[in-house]
Amino acid sequence: MSSKSPPIVNYIVRRLIFLVFSLFLASISLFVLLRILPGDPANALLSVGATPEQIAAAQHKVGSDLPLLQQFGKWIGQLLSFQMGDSLISNAPVGREILSRLSVTVPLTLTAFAIAVALAIPFGFIAAYKAKTWYGSILNSVSQLGMAVPVFWVGVILVFVFALRLRVLPAGGFPPGGWGDLAGAIRALSLPVITIVLVMSASLIRYVRSATLDVLNSDYLRTSRALGSSFMEAMWRHGLRNAASPVISILGIELATTFVGAVVVESVFALPGLGSFLVRGISQHDYPVVQGVLFISTLAVLTIGFLADLIQRFIDPRLSRSLTGQIS
Amino acid sequence: MTQQTRRYPLPLLVGLVLISIIFIMAVLSIFWLPYQLGDTSGSRLGAPSLHHWFGTDKLGRDLLSRIMIGARIAFEVGLLSVAIGAFLGVLLGLGAGFAQRWMDESFSALLDILIAFPTLLLAMLIVATRGASLTSAIVAIGLGMSAIIARLTRLLVKRVLTQDYITASRASGTSWPRVIVVHILPNIWPTLIVIFALQFGLAGLTEASLSYLGLGSPPPNASWGSLLQEAQATVLTAPIAAIVPGLLLIALVIGMNMIADGLREVADPTMRRSR
Repeated sequence: MSSKSPPIVNYIVRRLIFLVFSLFLASISLFVLLRILPGDPANALLSVGATPEQIAAAQHKVGSDLPLLQQFGKWIGQLLSFQMGDSLISNAPVGREILSRLSVTVPLTLTAFAIAVALAIPFGFIAAYKAKTWYGSILNSVSQLGMAVPVFWVGVILVFVFALRLRVLPAGGFPPGGWGDLAGAIRALSLPVITIVLVMSASLIRYVRSATLDVLNSDYLRTSRALGSSFMEAMWRHGLRNAASPVISILGIELATTFVGAVVVESVFALPGLGSFLVRGISQHDYPVVQGVLFISTLAVLTIGFLADLIQRFIDPRLSRSLTGQIS
Repeated sequence: MTQQTRRYPLPLLVGLVLISIIFIMAVLSIFWLPYQLGDTSGSRLGAPSLHHWFGTDKLGRDLLSRIMIGARIAFEVGLLSVAIGAFLGVLLGLGAGFAQRWMDESFSALLDILIAFPTLLLAMLIVATRGASLTSAIVAIGLGMSAIIARLTRLLVKRVLTQDYITASRASGTSWPRVIVVHILPNIWPTLIVIFALQFGLAGLTEASLSYLGLGSPPPNASWGSLLQEAQATVLTAPIAAIVPGLLLIALVIGMNMIADGLREVADPTMRRSR
């Protein structure tokens, strides 16, 4: 602020420092929770009644015989070089496996997110603008219902109808050739995407609706109309930017939640995504896998929050005027 | 009681009916079940009948009995996680509400991160360290919701603190702890109750997701999420087993939402006209 750089640069730098700091905190917490609380990570390699020599060998392999501080240094070093160690079960490098699984989870999440947003904005607007009509209230009730429906239940019902009864789409799995088999991959992801879209757009409609209602009842819209702007003009010039701001921070949280929630959908449709990797890691006590996936997920959540904050600063007329303002 | 508070809004009544049905199943399951869980006398994947209202599962167990136990688990999860979330959240929120300048900023920045952090991720982290159990799930869900409750409490406390009666009360020599008990808590209580009701329903949904993934309460005390997971493989021959737990979960969340809406109207009569 005392420096000469424009406020927006100042803000980005401050927010970036905050991002790195929270990532550092998160990796410490992950390390502490995973290494200190439970038993020795080497236990995953041992059967009941292992001899002391076997235990020592396993500990040496996992690295849990090193002092904690040294283990922590190793973990941070691994993160910085994007090497996450090897799986205790399959010995495959965790980093490479995560990348291959992201090639399923990221397209799944982003496609579903884009479609849900594209549906929620017009429908949310209609639900607010036509709140007093019958279809306005139906839209509202449907979106209320969407909040309550378990995503895996929707998945199971869709599998029942479209895969088992009508047999138009596969019930699950992903082509062994991955994205090399483009048609197969798209068919495999269709039902999962529809599942997420149904649940996510319902909850997004609610937020778009309430943001639009706030704008419709606002003084600035009334003033602008009184000064002679048409409704569309006033909405375009003032309403959109004001309504967008709260919606964007919700969108950030929703995207992060969907990225993590994809674990459930991946499980319904037996997709080889990041989430199923984590679930397998947890049930096999495969520490490098659990640690790696949880770190990548945290990184994604924090980065999405960072981007949402930046976009919000650019869009919101109140915030961009006070760009010197604080982080929260 | 005045005339106004005695007229209960319709959503509250509908919500209470939905939740009562689940509650009765839950309480009943403690004392009596149509069939004990070890009883595999029914036919495998039997269709609904007079003896087995919702049919039987692949081991011949009565589905209604398992669903009743699921109702009990849903209530345990709701009550205990809201208790954890409310205790931590209100305590943190009170602290943040009184904090000034940089303390306040760091508090709200921290809460924002925690809120953006999906509960499911937190839950999987806790399950990874403590093992899959109902307790892990409840602790995780409670911790996740405490951030939401803390942020709301902070906001409410800040609003109450600007009121003249607080200044007056302080000026007349009342201590802060007494101000909190006499003025702040009674004023923020009605709004907090609404969020507790909402979170109660959502907690059941999160636990169901965990159980569906096989990270919730271990068998035989299956929650509705695990029932759904088991039923998925046989959905073509026994669709009822997959449909009923899902509908009950929806009833739980919608019911609590309606109760929350209704409580909000009762607590704040001005809401009635604006909605």
